[in-house]
Amino acid sequence: MRTERVSRQYAMGEALVHAVDGVSIAVRAGEFVALLGSSGSGKSTLLNLLAGLDRPTSGAIYAHEQNLAEMNSQQLAHHRSHTVGMVFQAFNLLPRMTLEENVELPLRLAEVDRAQRPARVREAVERVSLAARLTHRPSELSGGEQQRAALARALVNRPTILLADEPTGNLDSVTGDAIMHLLQEINRNLQMTIVMVTHDKVRAARYAHRIITMRDGKLVTEGVSDEIA
Amino acid sequence: MKLRDLTELAARNLREALLRNSLTTLGIAVGVASLVAMLSLGVGLQELASTRLSRSGLFDAVFVTTQSNMRAFGGPPRAMERTSTQPARKLDDNARQQLAQIKNVVEVYPEVRFPTEVQFEGKPYMTTVAGIPASARADGAFDEMKGSFFSGPEAKEAILQIEFARDLSRQTDSLVGKDLVLRYAEKQALPADDPAPEANHSAADDAAASGGFSLVPRELQLRIIGVVETEPATGFGGFGRGRLLIPLQIAQNLRIAQPTDMREMLRGNSGKPSYESLTVRVSSPKAVQAVADAIKGMGFGTFSILDATKNLRLFFTVFDLLLGIFGSLALTVASLGIINTLVMAILERRREIGILKALGAADRDVRRLFFAEAGAMGLLGGVLGVGLGWAIGRALTFGTNVYLKRQELPPIDLSSIPWWMVAAAIAFSFFVSLAAGMYPASRAARLNPVEALRYE
Repeated sequence: MRTERVSRQYAMGEALVHAVDGVSIAVRAGEFVALLGSSGSGKSTLLNLLAGLDRPTSGAIYAHEQNLAEMNSQQLAHHRSHTVGMVFQAFNLLPRMTLEENVELPLRLAEVDRAQRPARVREAVERVSLAARLTHRPSELSGGEQQRAALARALVNRPTILLADEPTGNLDSVTGDAIMHLLQEINRNLQMTIVMVTHDKVRAARYAHRIITMRDGKLVTEGVSDEIA
Repeated sequence: MKLRDLTELAARNLREALLRNSLTTLGIAVGVASLVAMLSLGVGLQELASTRLSRSGLFDAVFVTTQSNMRAFGGPPRAMERTSTQPARKLDDNARQQLAQIKNVVEVYPEVRFPTEVQFEGKPYMTTVAGIPASARADGAFDEMKGSFFSGPEAKEAILQIEFARDLSRQTDSLVGKDLVLRYAEKQALPADDPAPEANHSAADDAAASGGFSLVPRELQLRIIGVVETEPATGFGGFGRGRLLIPLQIAQNLRIAQPTDMREMLRGNSGKPSYESLTVRVSSPKAVQAVADAIKGMGFGTFSILDATKNLRLFFTVFDLLLGIFGSLALTVASLGIINTLVMAILERRREIGILKALGAADRDVRRLFFAEAGAMGLLGGVLGVGLGWAIGRALTFGTNVYLKRQELPPIDLSSIPWWMVAAAIAFSFFVSLAAGMYPASRAARLNPVEALRYE
């Protein structure tokens, strides 16, 4: 996955905000990359662009050599459904659905055969060690369990890229570490590419292969995590 | 997203906001119910009017007169038509048979009505006797009668009008089964060389020239078999003004002296019975025009109330249209309720829409989901509305019949919901709901997922 001089501008009244400003990055298959930066640095906007949730004002974003900037909304939906999986700081589970139904939802949207769904759900839930909580609703799960459920949901369609937006932001340090450990495990065992937005320099250095730092929408530094840390 | 998944998600969403969605569905149901109730009222009234009027014998009858009779009344009435180039043709038995052979003609009968005296329990009563054809049995007027209709075309039986029955006895029910005596003047033809002794010279000569007739007093005993409250066939050519009704065949066989006999005799028509007018009953009101045209072609004047039926149809078409407009207004209000509910749902489910999009839902999926919810509410509201509309119609009929019973009138079916109306109302509700859901659905589909995910 790579970006070429990608920019995203917003109009705020008469002012033009450059949320992402000419950023070019490349993420290799199977790499774990942390996007580091303070609030308003543009890291989440860049992640949304990589996810196909937002469109760049200029530049190009390639995922498996397909330019997201040139895709129509249907193709972008397919990209979100099949190529990437997303986890959020706020977990974003649907509160009225059980864990099983939440994890099954991407399979419904991707029109996966109904007969295959139970096995796919079980596989994803077992990977995050939540098999015993299938019938529970999000409100009946702890924060860590909710984020693991969100991870299972992101993995269920077997994407090649996992995009995580502050996945430990709402968790205590012990639970946060457990989630980071799980991400590392997924990266290693499934050879899944992970791009994680965080402002936690220490965790980024500990778990990511590479850290990309952003400030005011621009790329500041890029290097292996040991160097940055 | 596949249809089954879409349906399941839509059903889940509808269940989750049960109160709000139930109220919206109820709003649609009330709209559909008012539409159905009003239209069923229109259809019911139309059916009632056409049934009652067609049974009255007015709409399937053609009134036939000779051209000369029409001139004798000072020219034809507005609705009467004649062909002035043809000579006036006599309305005799030969013509009657010809009229009976016209296609779609059910019956041809003359109007026999005469004033006479009736003896009942030794007392004399003046009344008007009318002959009734056998086909009159189908008239609604005899449905609610006390007793029974004539047992045969030549039965020596009588049916009394309620007013005349009251003249005879306070207990009108007790009259059925009793006998009365009809006293009348029978017309007897005289041979051409035997003038009536009581006639003056010149008149006797004229009568002798054309055969002439004498009047002989007669009596006929009749059994009272029924009392009718409503006035049967009060229209033209009918027998409504008769207070004592007897079978037409009996009335004709009596050879009653009529006021017009003198004129017919002076014209030299004595001995060849002819009619003032004949009523031609047609199989259905649709065939009236063709039969009337055929009769005109035979040289007779005709009158039918066809124009009135046209106006009646026009009236009910406009009436139905107005009722439909009022009903549609109610459904429009219900549709605004759907739009409101779904727009509120978008605000409430903004984050959910964002999540769905982040997980791979296309704009089309979101649009179809909201569409399915609107359609489901419309379908359910339509079904409930038809049921509710039917119940309103039944309640109106019940209330009306309670009132009619107090007025001592027969019950009626005020509303009518044919199957086409059921199907049309449900389909209308479904499509109106889909149309109402169009704006909220496309608005939900256009929602920016990044902004939607930020929404708290």
